[in-house]
Amino acid sequence: MYRSHVMVCGGTGCTSSNSDKIAQAFEDEILATGLQDEVKVIRTGCFGLCALGPIVVIYPEGSFYSMVKEENVKEIVDEHLLKGRPVTRLLYDETVAEDNTIKSLDDTAFYKKQLRIALRNCGVINPENIDEYIAFDGYAALGKVLTEMTPDEVIQTILDSGLRGRGGAGFPTGLKWKFAAGNKADQKYVCCNADEGDPGAFMDRSILEGDPHVVIEAMAIAAYAIGASQGYVYIRAEYPIAVQRLTIAINQAREYGLLGKNIFGTDFSFDLDIKLGAGAFVCGEETALMTSIEGKRGEPRPRPPFPAVKGLFARPTILNNVETYANVPQIILKGADWFASMGTEKSKGTKVFALGGKIKNTGLVEIPMGTTLRTIVEEIGGGIPNGKKFKAAQTGGPSGGCIPASLIDTPIDYDNLIAIGSMMGSGGLIVMDEDTCMVDIAKFFLEFTVDESCGKCTPCRVGTKRLLELLNKITDGKGTMEDLDKIEELAEFIKANSLCGLGQTAPNPVLSTMRYFRDEYVEHIVNKRCPAGVCKALLNYKIDPVKCKGCTLCARTCPAGAISGTVRQPHSIDTTKCVKCGACVEKCKFGAISKG
Amino acid sequence: MRRFSGVPFKGTKEQEAQLVSWLEEHKTMPGVAMPALQKAQEIYGYLPIEVQRIVADVLEKPLAEIYGISTFYSQFSLCPKGEYKISVCLGTACYVKGSGKIYDELQKKLGITGGECTADGKFSLDACRCIGACGLAPVMTINDDVYGRLTGDELDDILAKY
Repeated sequence: MYRSHVMVCGGTGCTSSNSDKIAQAFEDEILATGLQDEVKVIRTGCFGLCALGPIVVIYPEGSFYSMVKEENVKEIVDEHLLKGRPVTRLLYDETVAEDNTIKSLDDTAFYKKQLRIALRNCGVINPENIDEYIAFDGYAALGKVLTEMTPDEVIQTILDSGLRGRGGAGFPTGLKWKFAAGNKADQKYVCCNADEGDPGAFMDRSILEGDPHVVIEAMAIAAYAIGASQGYVYIRAEYPIAVQRLTIAINQAREYGLLGKNIFGTDFSFDLDIKLGAGAFVCGEETALMTSIEGKRGEPRPRPPFPAVKGLFARPTILNNVETYANVPQIILKGADWFASMGTEKSKGTKVFALGGKIKNTGLVEIPMGTTLRTIVEEIGGGIPNGKKFKAAQTGGPSGGCIPASLIDTPIDYDNLIAIGSMMGSGGLIVMDEDTCMVDIAKFFLEFTVDESCGKCTPCRVGTKRLLELLNKITDGKGTMEDLDKIEELAEFIKANSLCGLGQTAPNPVLSTMRYFRDEYVEHIVNKRCPAGVCKALLNYKIDPVKCKGCTLCARTCPAGAISGTVRQPHSIDTTKCVKCGACVEKCKFGAISKG
Repeated sequence: MRRFSGVPFKGTKEQEAQLVSWLEEHKTMPGVAMPALQKAQEIYGYLPIEVQRIVADVLEKPLAEIYGISTFYSQFSLCPKGEYKISVCLGTACYVKGSGKIYDELQKKLGITGGECTADGKFSLDACRCIGACGLAPVMTINDDVYGRLTGDELDDILAKY
């Protein structure tokens, strides 16, 4: 038994800011002070509050140290672990009350409104130790399913819970299982989609890094429900830590007899393998993912036949996303009614969002369905930094859309998001402030889909490219009002005629920004102006002769030699030479240079 | 468009032996082609036509099929990479925080465009999709080192370290 546990976040965010070295420093320092039999250092999964990484939490007090540096380690060990005095100066300021006592993390704005089901073990257990997962009811659901429930009962429970796919489209998970269970075949497969391709979404990775066994357990449950004996996890090669932890977890599960032949002494046998992706966004689409597991070019194919009939290697297959699986064991243990009691009428349970962009508390949050965007942005997210105004939030990545400030009170669930022209997607939520140009954002996503279109069907391959050209025309200041009509017409055509989800949703970012920020498009076209000051071709830099003190700093900074003037006299910019790099604006100490 | 580079192929007998033995061992695995190319890239660092030919020959698949897979996935590279691989994250969270500017700046500083390698073979530059360190946006990586919360001013100092 240890009297204290030092939990060091080992998620990708914190690892990127050296949490590995910090964990090592704690181990060294603890050894040096002779506390090694009393204090244990554990590398956990993500705590969620990535903005404050690297994070170290010390139990039993639950002291939350944020932005820890290697040089802080000795002080924390000496003061906190040896003398029992938490170093309040280094704690997350929201956890320190006015009288210097420590508040619980659950009382901070970031955690208060969260409800952790899929992320419940992340940051709590050591993901590389199966015993810790088992200690938190791990594999109890699999045991219950195998010894007390029939496959039909399992499927019925998932159906009753109202669980819908967390990967984007929100298809009822139980229904998917039911279809696959109903098809007879010599072999069936269970797959897990861990090819988290949406730029800005990282919840699946965090679950695999922080709680890999939950995915293994849920896949075994799914396999039992549909009658499969083999599973594959298709995971991005860009996620080395997740791949490593999942590999360790699979091996441990095999050692414990939780994967392999005759699990829990029953007739049920199931094994699991990892397949690495190689960087293709389209492989998040189910048929493309299966083609890729087959080792081919990951192109989608027409449905029907649906994968539940003819999927991987032409056998009945189900594919669920990591976060979907992470909910399954809890539903089995606590019951369908428990899960269905949370959320909105048609969207049950919780959803994990990756908060990013122009927001104070970037990180991972899990909230009950139906929480408003305002709560997420203003309370949990801590608002927009630098006193800027909230302009829009983007959900659903390249398939989704932008939610404007006027709809900030919309309760977030699958159907509401679709109704306002966006979608849940895998759960990236990027906040934008007034410095973001909506035409530029639409262009950014379209560049992504043009790049990632697999090329199999023409509406997507050619259509998205033409759409991008029209947007480029507008940001170059050459657009006409007719172009807006053309964009709308082409966008609808691409949506209606593309083969797979990638093309069918690719125009969404364009359509939703046109719907809510049409005046910004018009401003680009008619007045040749970019209101946010982003689109280079439309910017003109000017020096205010009243504010300019003639310090010559801008002239010396300008890479194009476009600024001229004599010392202590107002300078001026030759717009024909100016390359619009903005270097002068950053250097000017008097705020005399403006763009617009 | 992805083209083969003009750099002459410098594969060794040992590399070939290592690849062929892996291929022979895994030949019957379902869906072997992708892991095979991943292994080949791990051994050679990239996938020149010579390497693709070895994979195709041992797996007894048409070269066209192997080439088709090599050019489909962005992780596979037909050109050699620099000693130090720079990747700038152009995921949404980083983009909104200005990683596009960082990417432009690096192209200027290194005198190459994305996907290329400097003439001395020291640096190569790529844009990458989200690496999941959105809390540190904007982010770039140089081999295994991660640099976050970039502003652009520190790029010279960072490059000078290599």
